[in-house]
Amino acid sequence: MSIEISPLKPAMPAPARLVMGPVLFHWQPDYLRDFYARIADEADIDVVHVGEVVCAKRMPFFDREWPGVIERLQRAGKQVVYSSLALVMGDREVGMIRDLVELPDILIEANDLSTIGVLGGRPHMVGPYVNIYNEGTLRYMIERGATRIALPWELPEPSIASLCAAGRDAEMEMQVFGRVPLAISARCYSARANGLHKDGCRYVCGNMPDGMDVDTLDGAPFLAVNGLQTLSGSYLELSAEMADLREMGVSLFRLSPHRCDMVAIVTLYRRLLTGGISPDEARAEILAVAGDINLANGFLHAIPGADLYRIPGQFQSE
Amino acid sequence: MELVCPAGTPASLRAAVEAGADVVYCGFRDETNARNFPGLNFSREELAAETEFAHSRGTHVYLACNTYPTAGNESLWHKAVDDAVAIGVDAVILADIGLLRYARDRHPDARLHLSVQASASNVEAIRFYHREFGVRRVVLPRVLSLDEIASLNRQIGVETEVFAFGGMCVMAEGRCSLSSYATGESPNMNGVCSPAHHVHYEERGDATISRLGDFTINVYGASETVGYPTLCKGRFRAMGKAGYLFEEPTSLDVTSMLPELAAAGVTALKIEGRQRGKAYIAQVVGSFRRALDQIAAGQATSESKLSHMTEGQSNTTGAYRRTWQ
Repeated sequence: MSIEISPLKPAMPAPARLVMGPVLFHWQPDYLRDFYARIADEADIDVVHVGEVVCAKRMPFFDREWPGVIERLQRAGKQVVYSSLALVMGDREVGMIRDLVELPDILIEANDLSTIGVLGGRPHMVGPYVNIYNEGTLRYMIERGATRIALPWELPEPSIASLCAAGRDAEMEMQVFGRVPLAISARCYSARANGLHKDGCRYVCGNMPDGMDVDTLDGAPFLAVNGLQTLSGSYLELSAEMADLREMGVSLFRLSPHRCDMVAIVTLYRRLLTGGISPDEARAEILAVAGDINLANGFLHAIPGADLYRIPGQFQSE
Repeated sequence: MELVCPAGTPASLRAAVEAGADVVYCGFRDETNARNFPGLNFSREELAAETEFAHSRGTHVYLACNTYPTAGNESLWHKAVDDAVAIGVDAVILADIGLLRYARDRHPDARLHLSVQASASNVEAIRFYHREFGVRRVVLPRVLSLDEIASLNRQIGVETEVFAFGGMCVMAEGRCSLSSYATGESPNMNGVCSPAHHVHYEERGDATISRLGDFTINVYGASETVGYPTLCKGRFRAMGKAGYLFEEPTSLDVTSMLPELAAAGVTALKIEGRQRGKAYIAQVVGSFRRALDQIAAGQATSESKLSHMTEGQSNTTGAYRRTWQ
């Protein structure tokens, strides 16, 4: 086997950019429209994702709104990325994926191999739902036209470092804020918790705009259900790790939208990137904005993902 | 339909062969396979000897190398593929794209199957794996209904294999980090889900608590049978109610659906359970062998007698029936 020698690190890391990930929840159309309008007009953010990632049944509620939303975001100077479904099942959903090829002039985030397949060699982004755990897979994706790669949430720091070193031809992205998608199923757990089936779900997931809290029988917060998707109970929060990630080669930092004031969250992460605030201060302010939540960063530190690893010397305020 | 049976040890491999398996599948004794449990799996020498035995009885052997290679350590997985091909297994079961490309380039004549861990759940994803890496068979994730499987088989040029019996994954395989969220170890990275060394049981008065990592997965009353705390089969509280939110402790059993699966164009049936002992293997494989022989002879299949072998003594046909969703 040939041994590849990585080139030396560039002296300056790529300029960091902030990304608003796709809205994972079933927000009502009026609220969603207002959310994107406010992001377009008020948020100091570089990239904004649109599209439905979790459940195809929700798509008709907002599909005809997307062109207007995209135009407004682009006019505000944001790069818009269209995120595809994470779990594609059945002919109707495959048809939706094939339609993506028809979207001109927009970067598509492929969250399933079907999407990478139908895009052919067209430049695209590979989303965090696609399993990229090693250099061989990463290089394959880049050769096939991936220009940006959002790494899976589960990866520990040494893997991220290796992948960044092997992926210099693409932009690398990591989520740094919000609940983490942990699993997806054919079964709708929002419906099941309400005594319904997926086919007659009455869109009950819309009643839980940040997901349905799932606690252990001992009353400890654990997970959150969002239709077919199971999310972490705690919010991923990597403000203390962002400088290291940037050094490794991650240049895009994704904030996953919640119902808290996301413009304020964007402002905090921007101040963090420009050195106007310490990770310690950022975390305290994030808690003030996001409310009564638990924070976690365990995946990156190769401990349980639900845990909060305290970097020595930081987070003394907690 | 081909009957594909689990073998966690040489003894269970022989039990499966004796009971009428068309194929046995196994893994090497390390994190290259998704059942990386202590005391299980095969050394190179064992696999070579048992492959010779299986072949002498007309049974095929598949090698599962279906975890995701770790960044910086891909050679462990490359060597597993090289060794399996050198030993002469009949197919290698893979999930990772980089590894599929390696196998195709290095061993162009090897028969490659796509593991369920790759979660190829639709026609375009399956075409992608076929076109890019020449996979000849896809093990379908347990998220598709019978109608969806039939439709898929009409549109693709590769064989499909479906899960027929055993542990019931309710999440799309290969896309689940629940285990590493609670324990730091996961199927994709470590080949384990809800691993035993993170499991604890506590007595609290009359109740028994099962815990995984820091989390309570179930609380059992004095009259209840205490089960293993597989995370997605636990009891949790949501919207003020406690219950099996994701799935009751249950096993998959498609005995009642075999004619429908055959009509849907399925090539192979997979029995889950490389961690099971040889008595279990012999009974389950024997039962499916009889059912398949009855179908081949044009007879009606007898009712499944395997309920005592299933988790919680209950079984389900899972996502194959749309009502499950």
